[in-house]
Amino acid sequence: MTEMLRVSMSTHRADVTPGTPDRSVRQGASVELLDLHRHFGATRALDGMSLVIEPGELVSLLGPSGCGKTTALRVLAGFDVPDSGKVLVDGRDIGRVPSQDRDMGMVFQSYSLFPNMDARDNVAFGLRMRGVKKGERRRRAAELLEMVGLIKEARKYPHQLSGGQQQRVALARALAIEPRVLLLDEPLSALDAKVRVQLREQIRALQTRLQTTTVFVTHDQEEALSISDRVCVMRSGRIEQVDVPSLLYARPATPFVAEFVGTMNRIPARATSSGVVVLGRQVPVRGSFRVALGSTVDVLVRPEELTISAVGVGTGVVMGKTFFGAVTRLAVLLDGAVTVQVDKSTADAASIDPGAAVELGVLATEVMVAEPEGERWTR
Amino acid sequence: MVVPVVAADTALRRDGDTSAGGRSASLSWRRIRAWRGIVLGLTGIFFLLPLYAALRFALENNLGHLTLAAFSAIPHTTGFIPAFLLSVRLAAVTMAITMALIVPTTIYVHVKYPKLLVAFDAITFLPVGIPPIVLIIGVLQSAPFVLKSTPYLLALEYVILAMPFAYRSLDAGLRAIELKTLVDASRSLGGSWLATLWRVIVPNLRSAFLSAMILTLALVFGEFTMASLDLYTTLPVWVVNTDSITAHVSVAVSFLSLALTWVLLLALSSVDRRRFARRALIVEGT
Ligand SMILES: Nc1ncnc2c1ncn2[C@@H]1O[C@H](COP(=O)(O)OP(=O)(O)OP(=O)(O)O)[C@@H](O)[C@H]1O
Ligand SMILES: [Mg+2]
Repeated sequence: MTEMLRVSMSTHRADVTPGTPDRSVRQGASVELLDLHRHFGATRALDGMSLVIEPGELVSLLGPSGCGKTTALRVLAGFDVPDSGKVLVDGRDIGRVPSQDRDMGMVFQSYSLFPNMDARDNVAFGLRMRGVKKGERRRRAAELLEMVGLIKEARKYPHQLSGGQQQRVALARALAIEPRVLLLDEPLSALDAKVRVQLREQIRALQTRLQTTTVFVTHDQEEALSISDRVCVMRSGRIEQVDVPSLLYARPATPFVAEFVGTMNRIPARATSSGVVVLGRQVPVRGSFRVALGSTVDVLVRPEELTISAVGVGTGVVMGKTFFGAVTRLAVLLDGAVTVQVDKSTADAASIDPGAAVELGVLATEVMVAEPEGERWTR
Repeated sequence: MVVPVVAADTALRRDGDTSAGGRSASLSWRRIRAWRGIVLGLTGIFFLLPLYAALRFALENNLGHLTLAAFSAIPHTTGFIPAFLLSVRLAAVTMAITMALIVPTTIYVHVKYPKLLVAFDAITFLPVGIPPIVLIIGVLQSAPFVLKSTPYLLALEYVILAMPFAYRSLDAGLRAIELKTLVDASRSLGGSWLATLWRVIVPNLRSAFLSAMILTLALVFGEFTMASLDLYTTLPVWVVNTDSITAHVSVAVSFLSLALTWVLLLALSSVDRRRFARRALIVEGT
């Protein structure tokens, strides 16, 4: 094992093009979470969570605040013990392995560099704990700092580094131990938008190259969708859906996922025996729902699944226009009650100005029925 | 203690800097400054006047002439050396026991049972409220037999007396660092508990340690009641006893021991201040 580590370590060169998988690198481990439960009093932080992560995969845990993402990560890292359920790494139950023997590199949400050590010593810390000789660990720390572009900052202390630099050092520190699994708990949330985008791309490029199995926690859907192989949407300690980003967006499994990922409209509709009537059109419903025939429900329609046309007298009024480049988003007040977002190509939207009366139509071949506000459906 | 004063001071100064343009702001700033001067002046007089008097007394002979005789007589005065050495030994033992007991306990509670911190705050405050005689009897009842006839019994009592100060210093130090995250980070990197304690936690508590140490030291060098009740001639007991024989020397010693503590505290607060400056740098940097 150690030999392998050595070999793969030597490939941590800065001249390797980031982003392309490096064949000589050891593949990451597989991770299985089996029916994890973790309750804090009445709070069910994890409520039967099961997830299989393939070697070398980057999976994001995405969900609203308090849904159990950090708890899942802490259980995986061994900082917290589940009430029941198992964690398998490469098929082996690691429930009894203490955190310091798990070989999991972790980057934390808050700045976690050791204030008493400079960047180089921070990165070398894990190697020091593994008894690697001083010269060797300094050399390796330098390689890793080079990799995250901070070799010039090697001798700086955490308080002399910017937030983004600190998180990059933290990433280098986590990678220095050649972790079997890399755990990232909202590592970018304290950074400003621009640095965030840069850094997440850097993380993804490194991860692709090193093929380290990675769990990335975030509550930012754009972040999750843009860098993950698969995204795992969580809610109140359970998994709603695990899928590749495109499917998560195009075919959400539950109304919660549909609304949580991407922009989604809620539009009133009438339930019929074969679906719903929305904006004057009969549309089939995807998934199950139970309401009385003829009653009013909200259905979920994406902004690009709506048509819009300017008319003399319509049910909608254009309230605002947001330019996104090729696409322009129109905010339409429907029946004086609900605001709906409609995406149009900027060319088509040019003729529609705020204040215009419009008629909306549905393009979607099927729709989902939204959960009533503040309620949760059993699946 | 010293730290909050520093903090308030910088906060005020910031305020003043940002509003320097506004006229009314600068006026109220001036008023604050005046008040601060008055308060500081009065406090200074309150604390410094007795010191001045003591120094004056120590430096004067019976005829009222200035002389260093009292100071140079200190080492030759009967009983000074043994009393001083006893206090030094007691201080060393007290600090050793305090560090061995309070440091691991405080860190452990912070890491493992942060919910118990409230209870700890209350418990560690008890020695301040309990009369010395009760503490003495308590320690006598529970101390190991071999210690009962040695002055180290006093050290045990001092450990209890110093606990509120030592605990509070460490507690403040631990609250100032991101303890949980640092511990988790170290653990995930393969650090054992001992390595985490030694390489991560302790180095970041340096000024907290220092302040716990100095407070303990000051306590041992100033405590009179327990020592005299236990019939041991520590430095403070000696000072009181000698007062009736050579008052000038006794006051000179008190003054020196006070000055020493003061210098130590000053050194400590300057260490703290440097840390503050560093923190401020972080805030501005991010
Ligand atoms: N040590 C604890 N004691 C009590 N409750 C806890 C503890 N840790 C977590 N919880 C609770 O468990 C739930 C899940 O917490 P967790 O930190 O996993 O959420 P999260 O998804 O990471 O949220 P965020 O996005 O805000 O970080 C929350 O309701 C939280 O209050
Ligand atoms: Mg969290």
